[in-house]
Formats: sequence, C-alpha cells, structure tokens
Amino acid sequence: MSAVSATVRTLQPPLAQVGPAEESAKLHPAMNQASSAAEPPLYVRTRAPDWLPRVLAPIIGFALFVLLWEILARTGGRLPDPQSTWHSALEVFGNPFYKKGPNDQGIGWNVLTSLGRVGVGFGMAALVGIPLGFMLGRFRFLSDMAAPIISILRPVSPLAWLPIGLMVFKAANPAAIYVIFVCSLWPMIVNTAVGVRQIPQDYLNVARVLNLSEWIVFRKILFPAVLPYMITGVRLSIGVAWLVIVAAEMLTGGVGIGFWVWDEWNNLNVQHIIIAIFTVGIVGLALEQLMILFARRFSYE
Amino acid sequence: MTDRYLQIDKVRRVFETKKGPFCALEEISLDIRAGEFVSLIGHSGCGKSTLLNIVAGLLKPTDGHVLLAEREVTGPGPDRGVVFQNHSLLPWLTCFENVQLAVERVFATEKKAARKERVRRALELVQLGQAQHKYPHEISGGMKQRVGIARALSIEPKVLLLDEPFGALDALTRAHLQDELMRIVAGNKQGSTVLMVTHDVDEAVLLSDRVVMMTNGPAATVGEILTVDLPRPRERLALAGHPRYMAYRAAVLKFLYQKQLKEAA
Repeated sequence: MSAVSATVRTLQPPLAQVGPAEESAKLHPAMNQASSAAEPPLYVRTRAPDWLPRVLAPIIGFALFVLLWEILARTGGRLPDPQSTWHSALEVFGNPFYKKGPNDQGIGWNVLTSLGRVGVGFGMAALVGIPLGFMLGRFRFLSDMAAPIISILRPVSPLAWLPIGLMVFKAANPAAIYVIFVCSLWPMIVNTAVGVRQIPQDYLNVARVLNLSEWIVFRKILFPAVLPYMITGVRLSIGVAWLVIVAAEMLTGGVGIGFWVWDEWNNLNVQHIIIAIFTVGIVGLALEQLMILFARRFSYE
Repeated sequence: MTDRYLQIDKVRRVFETKKGPFCALEEISLDIRAGEFVSLIGHSGCGKSTLLNIVAGLLKPTDGHVLLAEREVTGPGPDRGVVFQNHSLLPWLTCFENVQLAVERVFATEKKAARKERVRRALELVQLGQAQHKYPHEISGGMKQRVGIARALSIEPKVLLLDEPFGALDALTRAHLQDELMRIVAGNKQGSTVLMVTHDVDEAVLLSDRVVMMTNGPAATVGEILTVDLPRPRERLALAGHPRYMAYRAAVLKFLYQKQLKEAA
C-alpha cells in the first residue's frame, strides 16, 4: 500500500486551485492596476524580443550536440559522422513504405507495426486496468488484497514476462503484445485507484445530500474527478510501452522498429541504428505531446 | 407541529479518536418552528458544524435523534438543502448543470422542460441568470456561493442548512449576499425554515429570529438562546444604530468574549 501511494504523489496532475489572493485580485482589479501603474520605468532600453532566446536556446543545444557527435566520429571508432547519417536518413525516409519480403520493409512499415502492437497491448491494458483501478480505489478491502501483488510485480522488467508469453502463445507477435499489456497495466491501475481515493469529500457529500444514484455518482462525479489521474496513468503507460516495444521486438523478430535496429546491427549498418534511435525518440515525443494535449482538454480549473 | 418543525432531541456526539473517545456535543435539544431562521454561533471547534452535519444526515448522533416534520432523520436526503462553506460545486459542470444535478434527482417524475424551468428559476432567484452557462472557475467566489444556494433551494427543501455560507467571502460580498439571502427567504411562499452555522455576530443578529449560542467544546452544548425581535424586512443601514439591534449584538458578544472566552485563542 505504502509503495503504491508513494509513487503517486509525484504523478498527481497539477490541479491548480484558485487561491484567496487571486480571488481578491479579481474583486479589486483597479487596486492592482494602480500599484503597477504607479511605478514608471526608470529608463528605456532597446532589447531583443522575449521569444528570441527561447527559440535560440534549443537551436544552440542541437548545434552543440551535432558538434560533439562530429568530434566523436572523427576521433576514430566506427561511429558514422552526422553528415553521412543525414544522407542515409534522407534515403531511408525517401522510400518509407517499400516491402521486399518479410524481413526487409521500409521504416514506415516498421514504425507502424510497432505502434500497432503498442496500441493493441495498451488498449487491452486500459480495458482491464482502468476498471480495476476504479474498484481498488473504491473498495478498501480489494485494494489491501491487491496491493502486495502489485507492489511485487510492478518493479519487474517487462521483458522478464516475455518467455512466459512465448510459452503461452507459441508465437512472437502475441508475446510482444502481451509484454506491452503487462507493462502498461500497472501505471493505469495505480493512478486510477489513487484518483478515486483523492476525490474531495465535498463532492461526495454533495452526492450524499442529494441522494444521487450510484450510476449518476459515477457519471457526474467519480469519472470526471478521476479523469485527470487516469490520463496521467495512460500517459505513463504509453511512455513505458514505447520504451519496451523496442526491446521486445529485438527479441521476437519480425517487422517492427526494434527488430529493424537488431537487423541493422547484424548488417553492421550503424547509420541506420542511429536513424532508428532518433525515430523512436521523435515518435515517443509525439505520443507524449499528444497525451498532454488530451490531458489539457480535460482539466477543469 | 409547526412549533416543533425541526426537533433536535438530546443529541450527543462522541468521536472515537486515537486518544480515546472525544465528546463533541453533549445533550443538545433545540426545537425550530416552521419558517424560523435560527443561527448557531460559537467559537471555532465548538461543534456547531457537527450539529449541522447531524441534521443534514451526514453524521449520525451517538445518542438522541433529529426529527424533521415528525419524521426521524436517518441519513442525508433531499428534504434538506445544504449549502457548504466552500461552495462544493462540481468544476466540470456549468452553473446550470450543477443545479440541474439536484433538480433531476428530486423532480425525476416531471417533464424535462419543467425541470429546466426549475433550474432557470433557481438561478434567477440568486440573480445568476446571465452566468448560468459559465463554469465555476469562471465566476467569482460570491457567485459560486450563490450557485450553491440556488442548488440547495432548487429542490424545495423543508429546511435550508447553511454551514458558514459566507465565511470564505470578503466583507462587502458577504454583506451583499446576506441581504440577498434575507430577500430570498422572505420571498419564499412556503416560508423557509433555515438553520445556519456562523461565527459572525452581525450576520447572526441581522438574519436570525433566534441566535443559539453554543458553549466551547469539548462537550459543547446550548449556552444561551437569544430571540431577535426586530421587524422584517430588516435594513442593514437602518439597524446599524438601532438601540435594540445594538443590545442584541452586545449580548452575543458578551456571551462569546466574556462567558466563553477561549484561553488559547
């Protein structure tokens, strides 16, 4: 139990509350304006626009990164330099959707296949994890029952489940999906359960004094109150799933970005490996941003 | 029957704590007439909110019982409209939907249009017709509390229970809402029966027919009851220098700061 709640403190969605200071500022806008207008600027200075450093900083960061890479590539070893990697990337992405047999397909197919596995595994985990989280959050006894099991299984590397998956399904593809399912499950269960437990007593008192039916309480109070927590769980799950899929596919083979990395390693095509690393990173970033957008849509304060 | 519309009969409440049982309320008896406005006043921690929660049905009394219109209160229910101190609006519902939640439950048998009309009327009563489609975070604290009052009134409760309803508001907004509450209560044809918890002496005297002064906890009970015999409608400004008003005010202050002075405070 304590292990579960300890993690969650860091996972809480930022539910900003309107403080009393803000409240009074709303009531007396004139006062605030007066105090700021009372101080005229002492001197006027021409400055670069505010956005400039914010745009420049990441560009400089990237430039330094590429420079470091270039230096490492030149000082020997077999690391390909940025320029040749860039040309190779243009080639790879120039024709992302070709199919030359089961083990030789464009990077587009590889990425889509991996995303598909993540989608299926993650979707099944959501179908199981979210209702389970609701139940664990609502009923103390169930939570106490499940807590030790979850605490033991959660820190296990998802890949440790792979042999069992291969044994049960006797095929690589379902085994990989099953690994994604297992690793996506925990964040969703834990965050949903915590969300249910964090519902302010005030909201439940409203439900009680109005004698609302269980179904209405679920639809109008529990579900919307838990949603931000649930989305945090979903976001973490997708992140973990995308981390794990590369490793799982390296072991299972077939089509997929993880397998592609392994295949290119066997071909000693290091440029392609670097391209794969960046591709995985960018797709992961896109997934994360998508979830943040989604979360913002459902924040109320 | 109308003299004892709401009966609080020998209510005791003991909380089990780690340090052993803690008696919050000791043998409280109070009868409230239909249409009467009664305030509970006392220092913080004296159990006045506990008593209100017992009447609301959110807490069970350890001993004694509460009768409303000759029926025993066994749990929370929509025959009592509760206004919470911190408005307790659901942030994902608009003002209209927050009130609708209550109306749909209580008037489930009515037609949809009739129910919507009830919601609209309740919001207009608290002068929020314009803001009905706004979300709670888009309106001020005073407006949120109005929605809370609209929600409590929309279900046409037998008794209105107010738990420090204006405690979180600034003085000007509070005065304004007190005036409105008086207007709403006076305008209600069935005659609103109100039980209000407050720690504001002016609020208690201005609004109430009777002010129930509670002794300090633990084992708090009714200390004195002051009948406020001032004609209605009451005008804040006219009463400010009224000798009888000042005498009532002084009596409550004397109780709170002389007879029930809190050592630690």
